[in-house]
Amino acid sequence: MLLAKIKEALSSLYDGIQETPETPETSEAEEATEEAVVPSEETAPAEEAQAEEAAAEAAPPPGPRETDYAAKGYHLDVDLPSEKVPEAAEILLRENFFIESIAGVDWIDDQQLEAVYDFNHFDELCRVVIRTRTDRNNPEIPTISHIYQGANWHERETHDFFGIKFIGHPNLEPLLLPEDADFHPLLKDFKA
Amino acid sequence: MNGLLQQDVNQETFTLNLGPQHPATHGVLRVKLEMDGEYIVEAEPVLGYIHRMHEKMGENRTWVKFLPNCGRMDYLSALSYNHGYVATVERAAGIEVPERAEYIRVITVELNRISSHLLWFGAFVLDLGGFTPLLYAFDDREQILDLLESVTGSRLTYCYFRFGGVYNDIDDSFIAGTREFIKRLRKRMPMYDALVTKNIILIKRLKDIGPISKDMARRYGATGPVARGSGINFDVRKHEPYSVYPEFDFDIPVYEEGDSMARYMVRMDEIEQSMRIIEQALAKLPEGEVKPKKAIKMVKPEKGDYYCAVEAARGSFGIRIVSDGTNTPYRMKLRSPTYSNLSLFGEAAKGMLLADALALMGSLDLVIPEIDR
Repeated sequence: MLLAKIKEALSSLYDGIQETPETPETSEAEEATEEAVVPSEETAPAEEAQAEEAAAEAAPPPGPRETDYAAKGYHLDVDLPSEKVPEAAEILLRENFFIESIAGVDWIDDQQLEAVYDFNHFDELCRVVIRTRTDRNNPEIPTISHIYQGANWHERETHDFFGIKFIGHPNLEPLLLPEDADFHPLLKDFKA
Repeated sequence: MNGLLQQDVNQETFTLNLGPQHPATHGVLRVKLEMDGEYIVEAEPVLGYIHRMHEKMGENRTWVKFLPNCGRMDYLSALSYNHGYVATVERAAGIEVPERAEYIRVITVELNRISSHLLWFGAFVLDLGGFTPLLYAFDDREQILDLLESVTGSRLTYCYFRFGGVYNDIDDSFIAGTREFIKRLRKRMPMYDALVTKNIILIKRLKDIGPISKDMARRYGATGPVARGSGINFDVRKHEPYSVYPEFDFDIPVYEEGDSMARYMVRMDEIEQSMRIIEQALAKLPEGEVKPKKAIKMVKPEKGDYYCAVEAARGSFGIRIVSDGTNTPYRMKLRSPTYSNLSLFGEAAKGMLLADALALMGSLDLVIPEIDR
């Protein structure tokens, strides 16, 4: 119930976002699907499904994705551009979600930093993960600390460890690290 | 007051440092207070005095080698942290756990929860100026430490759970000792009730002091007894059942008032509920193995990220791991409950008397090494 509702609400955030431009691989996969469907009716349904699956895997449609809770530990995975995160937080607060944590991840091979926001609900089991990526050399994400006051410390912590600047945060001073710390220990290229 | 008093004659308010070395902060927490006479205008907790970067340690050792770290964050309910970590890795790597091991996990975790609440009870009343209950509480807690020492080998920083089971099976003397202890504590609880809970001084110090609303708990992500004292029926053991908790019949104490007294009552009631769980688990304890035949030394969870939460003594403890498919975690995020619970202190303490704010802080049940990690 709640899952469907929040999924629909969060889908609205994708309205302005253009679909990711198709990579050559995707179109090949799609062509393959067409070929498999068109020539004969003998094609086994399983094969068709497989081909469709392959196409879907190559280009997932933008939007919230339901995940396998038993395997992953969360229900909804929402990949958003950074500037949409505050809007998503507002939607979640309206549905009475609470914030559990913010986790940074350093994807050094992609030259990107990721922030993963975990939300949970007090009344019904529904874990929502909002994730966003930002340029590793100039990591900036708008703050949600004015929406969820609890995010204040989580964002400061993420700034401590990864150097992600949360734009609009009232006080981005080191929290867990010493007050004069100018290093970010969880970056993969950090040397003590 | 143990702290640095700074006063500017041109200012109406003054700054007061509470801690980092102060008995009421239970460790090394510093709170910067802006005071107007006895009243708090602004309160800002300053963290990090005991920060050890457990998350980085997670990235430079194997999954197995991180196990001892879990006993060194929340040193009062270390087994919950053990449980949270092994449950996360078991979910990620698809490791089966024998039923008997899950029962033993629940029994020891609940014993640990009682010992944590007993210590909190003693220390909290000590914060409020009552010395005696601490000694009684430590007497009871000592029995639990002895029991847990006999199976885990340590008294505080447990490292008892392993991937796919527990380190050691429990024996008859542990079972008999646990039953004996529950009988003893059941007799002691009415005494605590008469001596402390119904004490008029305690009631006057806690009733209607430090209110935390439902809305505030939600905005800050407060969990555990802090949320349940604000009328939120949220306990990971029921809400998101893990291990063998669905097998047991127990209640979640919830109080609507949201004041320090409500948080006090939640924890006192939880002691009884934990005893109920232990009794049922001992009665139903299945036979069988408690660990895999060959110890799991190499874990390689599939690429991806995983989340798992458990109910620790102070609230929801969650771990988010990111695996790159190797023997070493790519990222290990530790979500400690008190970090979120303390973050609301600044807002909740505004306008309170200093002495009342200390009662509020005590009712949050802080363990600093868990906040700082």
